[in-house]
Amino acid sequence: MKRKLYELAHSRAGDKGNTLIVSVIPYDERDYGMLCEKVTADAVREHLREIVSGEVIRYELPNISALQFVCSQALLGGVTTSLGMDTHGKSLSYALLEMEM
Amino acid sequence: MLRIGSGAGFAGDRLEPAVLLAERGGLDYLVLECLAERTIALAQRRKLKDPAMGYDSLLEKRLEPLLPILKKNGIRLVTNMGAANPVAAAEKIVEIAKRQGIAIKVAAVTGDDVLGQLSPGQRTLEAGEPLSSYGPLISANAYIGADALLPALETGADIVVAGRVADPSLFLAPMMHHFGWSWEETDKLAQGTVIGHLLECAGQITGGYFADPGKKDVAGLAELGFPFADVEPDGSAVISKVEGTGGVIHLGTVKEQLLYEVTDPYAYLTPDSTVDFSSVSLRQLGPDRVQVSGGKGSGQPETLKVSVGYHAGYIGEGEISYAGSNAPARARLAGEIIRERLTARSFSDIRIDLIGCNSVHRTSFGHGEEPYEVRLRVAAKASSQAVAEQVGEEVEALYTNGPAGGGGARKYVHEVVGIVSVLIPRDKVQTQVTIREC
Repeated sequence: MKRKLYELAHSRAGDKGNTLIVSVIPYDERDYGMLCEKVTADAVREHLREIVSGEVIRYELPNISALQFVCSQALLGGVTTSLGMDTHGKSLSYALLEMEM
Repeated sequence: MLRIGSGAGFAGDRLEPAVLLAERGGLDYLVLECLAERTIALAQRRKLKDPAMGYDSLLEKRLEPLLPILKKNGIRLVTNMGAANPVAAAEKIVEIAKRQGIAIKVAAVTGDDVLGQLSPGQRTLEAGEPLSSYGPLISANAYIGADALLPALETGADIVVAGRVADPSLFLAPMMHHFGWSWEETDKLAQGTVIGHLLECAGQITGGYFADPGKKDVAGLAELGFPFADVEPDGSAVISKVEGTGGVIHLGTVKEQLLYEVTDPYAYLTPDSTVDFSSVSLRQLGPDRVQVSGGKGSGQPETLKVSVGYHAGYIGEGEISYAGSNAPARARLAGEIIRERLTARSFSDIRIDLIGCNSVHRTSFGHGEEPYEVRLRVAAKASSQAVAEQVGEEVEALYTNGPAGGGGARKYVHEVVGIVSVLIPRDKVQTQVTIREC
């Protein structure tokens, strides 16, 4: 059965220039290992392909059972000069949580 | 133990939680972080028009209610509300204190303004292009660190007001000053930087920007309290808030904030330290009490990041709504008409969104159902204000020149200040302390 990442994890997005930074934090720390397996950098790049045009780097933080994704060329140029609606990309945490697994 | 509170997480933050924190938080220090990336460029322009301006425009509004409480409770204030003009900010604070009959000593920290020291050939970190390839420069401010704030704290000033300081450094400096940490104690500095990073967005660690009804519930958001940290001499700390205030502090809120805006959690870079966040441990000690420990790091980097503001032209925007049957199709048609008209007028950079369908994420991940109403948004870049105004004018003209049933048109124009970054050797940045008192 397919489930959305939204059901298992929460997330906050931030920005630096044209780079989107987004965390994935399981509600239950026991899900961390499974998320490491399924929510790979490649899977995230594929899921966000209409938003992110640069590379996706994943950082693992086992001490706090969380993942961090750093996605370049993701914010239409970035907060100050973007023509987009959400120039910071702050709402994109919920784009990532739409991922099915 | 040292207790540091966070009374503002951005320039426009709420005032009430800071007042409550100062009144009832038992604080030693209050920090107000009020500078975003381009805030200082906008402040620089206010200073050019009037040399007595250029500090945070809410400074008076924030300090009027805070000053008497800070004085009464013996709390020292550290803030970057000096923006482009810390000395003028100090003078304004003294003026407010005089009016309130309060004796006060304010230390202004300057030297982050390095506009005169950059060369046009210097290449940006973002694109590797020379600065000369961007629009006319407005401002260049180096991110200075705790070493710039320490001499100001040593003067015994009640208030330290600076400009472009790295956010966590505003918190690290009081820790270093109070505990006497040296620059060789790199793990303590790293741990202090972690605490600063956790506190810098104020309400974002007490349940602000966290709630998702039914999934992540937060009680009392209307009276959200701001955080403080009880820091131990070894740098470990407990994050908490004033009892009875709204919001919540637990592992979820702390983890979200720990990773917020961190581009490399294995090497989080500030002027004071390069911190490894993967070594950080979190422990819930009780309701609204989370212990943070274990941050490790290496010493001060050789270079400082400089945030450069430049003129990037204008953006014109227009919006209009369509509702009822076939609304998205009518909005799409309106968008096509606008694109054709603007392209004919040589606009090249045009963005057309359907608010309610695809405007925020540029996709809808297969959420297929048609909304009852949709708002068309058109945005385009232009080199002058007059040209940018045409965007909204064309959207407004859809009333009589577009599809059926459009309503509620609005138009906007704003000037764009672009931001890019370069590096500067840290020995080229000399900071100074200026005292004003009454």
